[in-house]
Amino acid sequence: MRSFLRNLSPDEQVGLLFAVLFGLLLLASVAGILLSLRERRHPDPVTGGRTPRLQDFQALLRNSWLMALVFWVGWAAGDGVAIVLFGLVSFLVLREFISLSPTRRGDHRSLVLAFFVVLPTQYALVWTQHFDLFTVFIPVYVFLAIPVVSALANDPQRFLERNAKLQWGIMVCVYGLSHVPALFLLTFPRFAGRMAFLVFFLVIVVQTCMLVQHVVARRLGDPVAPAISESFHWRSWLAGLTAGGLLGSALAGLTPFKPATALAMALVACAAGSLGHLVMKAIKRDRGVPHWGSAGRSVTGASGLLDRVDALCFAAPVFFHSVRWTFEL
Amino acid sequence: MDWRARTMSLLLLGFVRLLTGAQARWHGCPPKAEQRIYFANHQSHADLVLIWAALPQELRSITRPIAAKDYWTASRFKHWITSAVFNAVYVERERKGDEDPLAPLIAALESGDSLILFPEGTRGHAEDPQPFKSGLYNLARQFPDVVLVPAWIHNVQRVMPKGEVVPVPVLCSVTFGEPMKLGADEARADFLARARSAVMALREI
Repeated sequence: MRSFLRNLSPDEQVGLLFAVLFGLLLLASVAGILLSLRERRHPDPVTGGRTPRLQDFQALLRNSWLMALVFWVGWAAGDGVAIVLFGLVSFLVLREFISLSPTRRGDHRSLVLAFFVVLPTQYALVWTQHFDLFTVFIPVYVFLAIPVVSALANDPQRFLERNAKLQWGIMVCVYGLSHVPALFLLTFPRFAGRMAFLVFFLVIVVQTCMLVQHVVARRLGDPVAPAISESFHWRSWLAGLTAGGLLGSALAGLTPFKPATALAMALVACAAGSLGHLVMKAIKRDRGVPHWGSAGRSVTGASGLLDRVDALCFAAPVFFHSVRWTFEL
Repeated sequence: MDWRARTMSLLLLGFVRLLTGAQARWHGCPPKAEQRIYFANHQSHADLVLIWAALPQELRSITRPIAAKDYWTASRFKHWITSAVFNAVYVERERKGDEDPLAPLIAALESGDSLILFPEGTRGHAEDPQPFKSGLYNLARQFPDVVLVPAWIHNVQRVMPKGEVVPVPVLCSVTFGEPMKLGADEARADFLARARSAVMALREI
């Protein structure tokens, strides 16, 4: 088995990875359909329909399909397309973020700058592998440029608050997310062509951590910050970290890491992702909405895209830089 | 529609959806191919494009927006896009002589089309819509069988405030409310006030 895997070319290895991934998702979906059929025959007496648990499961499944598809397209079509794809996701989540952060007329030009200059520039920097500029472009240059444009609009009302919101939106939705495709372009010695594994490693580890945390939290009372999140407990958080870390070290063979390094990297990514998710929840509570997306009360009941990628937005930069410092790339 | 108008309409739809999502929320009635007058708040020239994009394809072809003649025929492009793509009905904002300004709307309703109307007449800049003009009342009186559907357009003024040229991506939606009817002996002012509050009630849904 091992020698069979070794003998495959990097492309074949990645292809096999996706085949396994989609196979698992397919199995889970079939299980979901069977469960929903059973529930239709025995409807829940309280809700009269699908139980919240099954709904959660199906939401998670949709989420995973979406992510897997995005990564597959990104890998199959090459680095360029992956960067454009993540740029598009950035655009959509920034749109959701801005929609729920009331802006004033004076912010218009800053918003134009954020969407049509900052966002494309950041992804262009990833594309051209200007890693030094790409890590400081937003925190240093854009940090100054946005408030200058806002100040020129001559509207002092709630100035700090409006600019802080915009800065935050750009940091999370553009800066954070742009670190995912940047992983594709890191050059590890003897690991060329297989950076997709590193992206996969990051995503699967963070998602597993979130999932375990969510499942464990259901059995616990007394959340740490009940006004912000009903499901955040230190115990469930540690359980999530443990699961993510163990999975990370188990997957070390896919990555350029040794098992101990993989464990450390997975823990770093999980801690950043799950805490970042908590922070985004706090912002949602501040705006009084349960989900991002169309005014937070979409008729379809679907939550926004930002709900699905927020953990990744926080995990990716931390993971990216940890990898770069550790391996001096 | 010729191919240029069809291409333009597809491009425009894609563009509007990318920028705003153009989500329709059918809150008080389903989308249905009956003759209707949709009336909504008016804060931006983009209102017309947004409500057009939010309607489903089948309804879009039988629903005609009202466009102010002086603004939308000012250039050849604006004229072409409103007539060929939106199939708009032009109205004069200023009354000229003794011509009935509602005549083009009446003609459109008589031929069986649905209409999109902004009863404020002009774009408002305040939180609440301005008082409604009597055109809606007159049409409701003359066409009692046409269904009147209130609608609230969320967020469009943030996409492109007055005086700006570059639109900004912000999620927008159009909420359609429960149809209303003109009472048998309802006074003009009462009906217009009721219509305005029906539109405003959709803001919080």
